[in-house]
Amino acid sequence: MKVTNSYIGRPMERVEDLRLVRGNGTYVADVNRPGQLYAAILRSAVPHGRIRSIDASDALRVPGVHRVLTAKDFAQTVPRISLRLQPLPQLEPFQQPMIADAKVRYVGEPVAVVIADTAAIAEDAFDRIALDIEPLPAVTGRPQADADSSLLFEEHGSNAAITWKAFRGDADDPFKGADYVRRERFKIQRHAAMFMEPRGFVAEWDAAAGKLTVWGAAKTAWHNRRVLAAAMGLDEHAIDLIEVDVGGGFGSRGEFYPEDYLIPAAARVVGRPVKWSEDRREHMMAANHARDIECDVEIAATRDGRLIGLRGQVWADIGAYIRTNGSVGPRNVAQYMSGPYSIENIDVKCTMLLTNKTPSGTYRGPGRFETDFIRERLIDLVAKDLNMDRVAIRRRNLVADSQMPYPLASITPYDSSTELDSGDYHALFDRCLKEFDWAGKSAMRGKLIDGYYHGLAVGSFIEGGAAGPKEDARLVLETDGSLSVYLGSSSVGQGLETIMAQIAADAMELPYDKIRVLHGSTSHVKDGYGAYHSRSTVMGGSAILVAADKLKQRLRELAAERFNCSTADVALDGEHVGYAGKSLPLSELSTEPVEIEASFYNKKYTWAYGTHCAHIAVDPATGHLKVLDYLSIEDVGRMINPATLHGQAIGSIVQGLGGALLEHLVYDDNGQLLTGSFADYLMPTASDFPRIRSITVELKPCPNNPLGAKGAGEGGIIPVGGIIANALADALAHLNIQPCELPLSPPRIWALAEEAKSAQTRA
Amino acid sequence: MKLPAFEYASPATLDEAVALLAARDGNAKVISGGQSLMPLLAFRLASPELLVDLKRLRGLNEIRIGADGVRLGAKVRWYDIETDARLAQAHPLLAEAIKHVAHYQIRNRGTVGGSLAHADPSAEMPAIAMTCDAELTIVGPKGARLERAANFFKGSLSTSLAPDEILTDVRLPPWPAKRRWGFLEFARRRGDFAMAGVALHYDLDEQGRVVEPHIGAFGVADSPIRLPQVEAILAGATVSEQTIAAAAEAAKQAVDPPSDIHAPSAYRRALLATLLERALRQSAA
Amino acid sequence: MQVQFELNGTSVTAEVEPRTTLADCIRNDFRQTGTHLGCEHGVCGACTVLVNGEAVRACLMLAAQAHGEKVVTVEGLSDDKALSPLQASFRRHHALQCGFCTPGFITTAHALLTSEPDADEERIRDVLSGNICRCTGYVPIIEAVLDARSAYGRQEDK
Repeated sequence: MKVTNSYIGRPMERVEDLRLVRGNGTYVADVNRPGQLYAAILRSAVPHGRIRSIDASDALRVPGVHRVLTAKDFAQTVPRISLRLQPLPQLEPFQQPMIADAKVRYVGEPVAVVIADTAAIAEDAFDRIALDIEPLPAVTGRPQADADSSLLFEEHGSNAAITWKAFRGDADDPFKGADYVRRERFKIQRHAAMFMEPRGFVAEWDAAAGKLTVWGAAKTAWHNRRVLAAAMGLDEHAIDLIEVDVGGGFGSRGEFYPEDYLIPAAARVVGRPVKWSEDRREHMMAANHARDIECDVEIAATRDGRLIGLRGQVWADIGAYIRTNGSVGPRNVAQYMSGPYSIENIDVKCTMLLTNKTPSGTYRGPGRFETDFIRERLIDLVAKDLNMDRVAIRRRNLVADSQMPYPLASITPYDSSTELDSGDYHALFDRCLKEFDWAGKSAMRGKLIDGYYHGLAVGSFIEGGAAGPKEDARLVLETDGSLSVYLGSSSVGQGLETIMAQIAADAMELPYDKIRVLHGSTSHVKDGYGAYHSRSTVMGGSAILVAADKLKQRLRELAAERFNCSTADVALDGEHVGYAGKSLPLSELSTEPVEIEASFYNKKYTWAYGTHCAHIAVDPATGHLKVLDYLSIEDVGRMINPATLHGQAIGSIVQGLGGALLEHLVYDDNGQLLTGSFADYLMPTASDFPRIRSITVELKPCPNNPLGAKGAGEGGIIPVGGIIANALADALAHLNIQPCELPLSPPRIWALAEEAKSAQTRA
Repeated sequence: MKLPAFEYASPATLDEAVALLAARDGNAKVISGGQSLMPLLAFRLASPELLVDLKRLRGLNEIRIGADGVRLGAKVRWYDIETDARLAQAHPLLAEAIKHVAHYQIRNRGTVGGSLAHADPSAEMPAIAMTCDAELTIVGPKGARLERAANFFKGSLSTSLAPDEILTDVRLPPWPAKRRWGFLEFARRRGDFAMAGVALHYDLDEQGRVVEPHIGAFGVADSPIRLPQVEAILAGATVSEQTIAAAAEAAKQAVDPPSDIHAPSAYRRALLATLLERALRQSAA
Repeated sequence: MQVQFELNGTSVTAEVEPRTTLADCIRNDFRQTGTHLGCEHGVCGACTVLVNGEAVRACLMLAAQAHGEKVVTVEGLSDDKALSPLQASFRRHHALQCGFCTPGFITTAHALLTSEPDADEERIRDVLSGNICRCTGYVPIIEAVLDARSAYGRQEDK
């Protein structure tokens, strides 16, 4: 009987949950090594300055303090953190030293590492360290950055790093043929991934064996191992980075940070295991910030509502250094501004500005959240000006199925271009409106009901996924007939162990409960890439398919030897091989485990896509905005586990609502980070957004990978800012308010309403 | 964010507790629920030498309702207030205000005494104490003294409590059954500190005119305040839309709220006026 | 100083500094690491444990303050052989992704449903608004807690 599994597509309960709901997960703060000491990191309280001296003699007298390590204790020349993505030579001057050496450039920059018997004692030592920093004027925003009177990198001569240029069509005259042009300025606030488990490492150096083991890896362990090896002067294979359970990443955790070097290096210096657990206040100034941009953009259209061009300048406040992926967000803002709409001519520049703030990096839907806010707002403004229905103008301009593959803007430097792969954007757009009951709800638009004005908005988005170049999988058929799957993919909470087991079970036609998935640690496969750009399912999953094909072939070869026949005559059926009436269980094919390692290569991004609708109500007197209904629909090509996918969609939307309404990392004019706790940084809670709905469909499979899947997991967040702002404008259309800045906090909404009312009185 | 080092004592009696505080000359602090003090310690914004835990002290956690009003022992928790069915009648303003305090887990530990002693300008309990003209009992080395709320709150996180004194109870004056009241606050999310809030009560004479209005506001100054300018407008007037509008305007003029990362001054001022209008309408319904 | 209390049904003793929080005592002295530290300043709820049956933030309590009390952590609500009805409901509804906030939700929901098995959606959302989750967006957590009510003796099911 032929076994045909179909675990793919089933909402399997997650195998991870069995330990996680019991509190039996092992997160890095739960890891302890015999004889360990604890590290705490002294960070600059000055946003910009020259380090004159660090005197730790008083701190060393505190009982329980072992060492206070500064730049000179680590290396003669402090290594710099290299760029992982878009590693352009012109960005090298702005790389961060793994510990501050001559200058400090942001509040939170690591200056010293205290090693003590307990974390509390290590913190006690901070007050006893005399840090003499000569303050320099802080660059805290575009005006100071542009003025160039205070420079973060004197040799560079300017605080502008580089400018990305996105172009398509007639870049010289993108607005040729336009009947109408609208110009606007927008601003999106600095906020961050703010995952719930703060970062941490436990590092252990075995001097006799010359081996370093580090617990706390995530996301991109193989790359990080290479960077760490180079920084420490070790061979890559002398280092093992071990991924344990990871409490969220969202694009931010797992990049190579200063601490990725400082803690292992400290362990080697002190000769004992060193444990570091980041605290939340530290996290807010140490982990990557994101999304801080402002722009001056124009959109051009014909008088019948065909969008023909986008042009403008974006400035990205990227903080004090370019860390591993600081370019991704700014680049994406420029390249993906057209989104799912067919806009022929694009000329958008994005300049990255260096400021004395925490460096930035990717956060879910990097650059996409920002650029969708800009574009969807512009489309609603155009609709209003041209007296067109907002739904009609979008239908008019969405990329059609017949236009696929549709080339998006190209970008330079680090030139790349990409094209939308497949999709029926119109079908999803219409389905979203229908499921949402746009027609029925429209009666409430602009109406005042029980003190609240009601408004609606709709918008479409694209979500890029599955970044290449490759991913590795190693399959091991154990001697008991079970299958171990080792992956280069990394778990950040997305249910990797379950999803990959589903894929492996189907590919090998083995029972699901005979499969276990191990991931993320460098000891698992020779080379891995990791979890970012929504790539794990496509890249890791496809790697499993490639490896499974090879493993099945190998099993046939082994069976052919046993049965003394040709490989082609062997029947491979689930847990058995057979020939001419004879049958053998797989576990008897070999006395040793049978192992295959394989890679899946990919050059093309996948493009999931969809549409969101929102119904909000707002009280302009208090600025209180309620989200009454929020619906998302997305086509992901192929769903492996509908339950986990749905979970990511909802979670992603709520993060977007946090970005649209609540979250903000605030600096004062002196470069001090004012946001220091969860009382300041407001995240969505269970009572804030009760009605969120999400539908995922498999309408147009991706033609570019064997699974037919498109990376998905970031889509939910991407359009939220624009949708909420448009719904707000719709609700208060009678005041003609124009939200151009996030977050739409109650004071901002109130101020918009007040300004609008005074403008009307003056008119 | 590990705590700074301190000693810890858990005395059995109030006298012992006071003696311990007195012996440390201002370097000891009382801890009870700890919901306000522990975060301060975690951020190392306070480093007392000694914490004196009121854990073992008896008799400070009762809610007594009698002829002299509602007495809350300093160790009464928000959960105790929430679950005391008598308070819906005995002091509906208190019952309503406390619904807005923090979250479930904090409500199981946070205390009346702790909140009053901490004196956060946006907190509900200090606002109720101020609005209702509460009387606080404070015990020190020389014995007990009574302090009116109006004299107790000195500024942001600052009260008239000496370092060797312990707040033991707070008395809210008797509440007539026909009393009118209103309570409204506006926070970013459920359980957050209010950006502004209003707590008010008054009685009506036979002609339906306001008698003895108590109009309190919080989140708009460095401590909870009464609004005498607003009270002056309401006293002897009926609560009509005209009076309400005049009251709201007077409230705006009366305050100069602080700005912070959550809300600028102009917004808080306008918010106060809006909340006052709505609370007055609530009270008149 | 020495503290003694009941932890998950067993009497335990530890020698701690006065400044040791209950959370750190549980995690470090007794190696029960299911109680997580997400913020250490009393907002995120990941450290929620039950003290005398009431949900409290273990990061806002000193170990010394737990002296003589009964403490139950997520491990005390768990069993190696089978998931509790609440845990099974979380799994069934996919109410966790990275799992870091989950122990705090489990202990809080358990405390709530034990004393209020008839809690409605609004009450559940209200109570759980003191726990932060960054992954799920809360919708499946609320569904899981609603679905678990029958195991706690909800009136409607009697």
